[in-house]
Amino acid sequence: MNSPVKFYQTGTFTVGNRLLDADLRSVQSATTRTNSLNSGHRACQGCGEALGARYAIDAAMRATSSQLVAVNATGCLEVFSTPYPETSWQIAWIHSLFGNAAAVASGVAAAMRVQGRHDVRVIAQGGDGGTTDIGFGCLSGMFERNDDVLYICYDNEAYMNTGVQRSSATPPAARTATTPAVGPHPGNVAGTGKNVPLIAMAHGIPYVATASVANLRDLEDKVTRAMGIHGARYIHIHVPCPLGWGSAPADTIKVARLAVESGLFPLFEAEYGEVTAATKIRQRVPVDEYLELQKRFAHLFAPQRDDARLAAIQATADRNVARFGLVD
Amino acid sequence: MLKQVEGSWAVAEAVALCRPQVICAYPITPQTHIVEGLGEMVKSGALGGCEFINVESEFAALSVAIGSSASGARTYTATSSQGLLFMAEAVYNAAGLGLPIVMTIGNRAIGAPINIWNDHSDSMSMRDAGWIQLFAETNQEALDLHIQAFRLAEALSCPVMVCMDGFILTHAYEQVDVPSQADVDAYLPPFAPRQVLDPAEPVTIGAMVGPEAFTEVKYLAHHKQLRALELIPQLAAEFQARFGRASGGLLRPYRTEDAELVVVALGSVNGTVQEAVDALRARGMRIGSVGIGSFRPFPLAALRAVLMGAKRVVVLEKSLAVGLGGILSDGVRKALSGIALQGHTVICGLGGRAITQKSLEGLFEAAARDGLTDPVTFLDLNEAVVARELERERQGGRGPTAESILRQLGTVASRIG
Repeated sequence: MNSPVKFYQTGTFTVGNRLLDADLRSVQSATTRTNSLNSGHRACQGCGEALGARYAIDAAMRATSSQLVAVNATGCLEVFSTPYPETSWQIAWIHSLFGNAAAVASGVAAAMRVQGRHDVRVIAQGGDGGTTDIGFGCLSGMFERNDDVLYICYDNEAYMNTGVQRSSATPPAARTATTPAVGPHPGNVAGTGKNVPLIAMAHGIPYVATASVANLRDLEDKVTRAMGIHGARYIHIHVPCPLGWGSAPADTIKVARLAVESGLFPLFEAEYGEVTAATKIRQRVPVDEYLELQKRFAHLFAPQRDDARLAAIQATADRNVARFGLVD
Repeated sequence: MLKQVEGSWAVAEAVALCRPQVICAYPITPQTHIVEGLGEMVKSGALGGCEFINVESEFAALSVAIGSSASGARTYTATSSQGLLFMAEAVYNAAGLGLPIVMTIGNRAIGAPINIWNDHSDSMSMRDAGWIQLFAETNQEALDLHIQAFRLAEALSCPVMVCMDGFILTHAYEQVDVPSQADVDAYLPPFAPRQVLDPAEPVTIGAMVGPEAFTEVKYLAHHKQLRALELIPQLAAEFQARFGRASGGLLRPYRTEDAELVVVALGSVNGTVQEAVDALRARGMRIGSVGIGSFRPFPLAALRAVLMGAKRVVVLEKSLAVGLGGILSDGVRKALSGIALQGHTVICGLGGRAITQKSLEGLFEAAARDGLTDPVTFLDLNEAVVARELERERQGGRGPTAESILRQLGTVASRIG
């Protein structure tokens, strides 16, 4: 009977807020949150990236007593937040190029260190295109130098800013503008793409985590944890994109949750290359439930069910469950 | 203090005297010895208060520099050739953001064919990126220009490239006068950034700018360079007053007072040009030369004043605008607007081809007797090799051109002159 009480997040997020002691409540529930990414920006309805970024940066601001500089890669997050003069950023923020956010952040960190500003911490952030593709060289360089930067990738699984083209984070079978749903094998080719959290771990850096906008308390905790560590850190956040995925804007959290509960997007933490924790799946669901909500996978279900490819995607989820021990 | 050192080491000493706070390094010949020298100074503790960062590419080198400079640290990097091209996107970005980074270019040709030797193709490729581009004629001037470059960059909040000829300067051992730290400190005040990332006063840097403001932002970048036209001579004069030698400035005329023929060139070749001018003057030719010290901003008015009394101008180009001719010539011709003057574009020194005094004297004598009739002259072009290759192609010969020419030449290695 001594097992710890488990709090499960519910649809209303009550556990995160009012029912807890004040010091256990979420960053977002606090009136003192910085609102780093302010309202009035131009993200689409139901944008997972805007939600994830606000929670992540607010948590980082609290963890650093607001001594934070953010470096942003080119992409949706940069574009929808900055059309002058209506910047939505309430923090010190710089955008340079698409592929160099990690390197610019290394420069910010070095400059702060050399000026004795040891309290100032640095975050770099970008989408999956800016992280897993064009920014990958700079990202890997920042990792291997163990520069004092937290890099956050908001993964919506394609180049959404330019109109939904395939990236190396696009899942198998997904329809994008450059992997159209036509021909004998519609959508993205299976057996391609890369898993950047695992590649980050291979650099042996102090901290790597995955997170989801379906579990915002967990996201806040991981960002807070990351900001308590020095050296190169990486958090990969799964952020549904209603526009690119063809899901209902109101379903963003639901779609993100089904990605986690199907096993397609495992939530875990790793330190120095070793997995140290994984979030258990409470109610495992077949991948179909996740895929069916998204028009980018519609060709898997109509005009007839593509059993072979659905089985392959299910097998990927099964491998994740086994690999990370996601089910007790 | 007088020292007999390699040009790269002289530059490393000059940069160190400027008290840089962040240095990014990625190796590429022929600039590598500069950052090696600085790396040693940081590692040994001789250069304190400085972070030396080994990055994974030139693109990262300048990107780290962008972050560092935007955070208020005096920032330096160096590159050459392919490296400058690989960082091209960040070159434009640093200028667009108005970040006063100083970068040495050890000038080198661009491939293909791959070639590590000197010409000016690399910095010419970035001439319109918004950086100030200064060219050194000697190792002493390369050293001096770096001290002026930090002052200029920070005064204008604009990045500066100091261009020095690869190998000819970077690898040449010469005597240089290394100034004292006290003198450099007196000339170059601490960096007071015009914009800075600071959590205490958060700003957004690098926002998207649409058609409503983009032209004005770009105009102001141009305006900044026009101000540099005034500032560069002032800083050179101040430098001379403190350090006792003339270095820098917009341009350097040599024996042009009564010259009918004036030679215009960039960089170290000006030394050879001046030797040729002296020899031809001794034979009675009214010839002079002018070295362009500031290629961006381009000193149109100052050059026009020098060329006003001449009858003919020969522009030596260490780069080729393929399909047109010369790049420096474009600027010279703009300076000549309204002046009736015979102009000649001469492509020379590509990929390290030596430019000898003998060739130059022959060239200038030919120019003086109306002997340069082609729109573009290629100095010391091996016409027999070109003719044979053209004939081979005409006969349907296949295979890569460069390798075919190497086969023609045989094992000549590095023939000079």
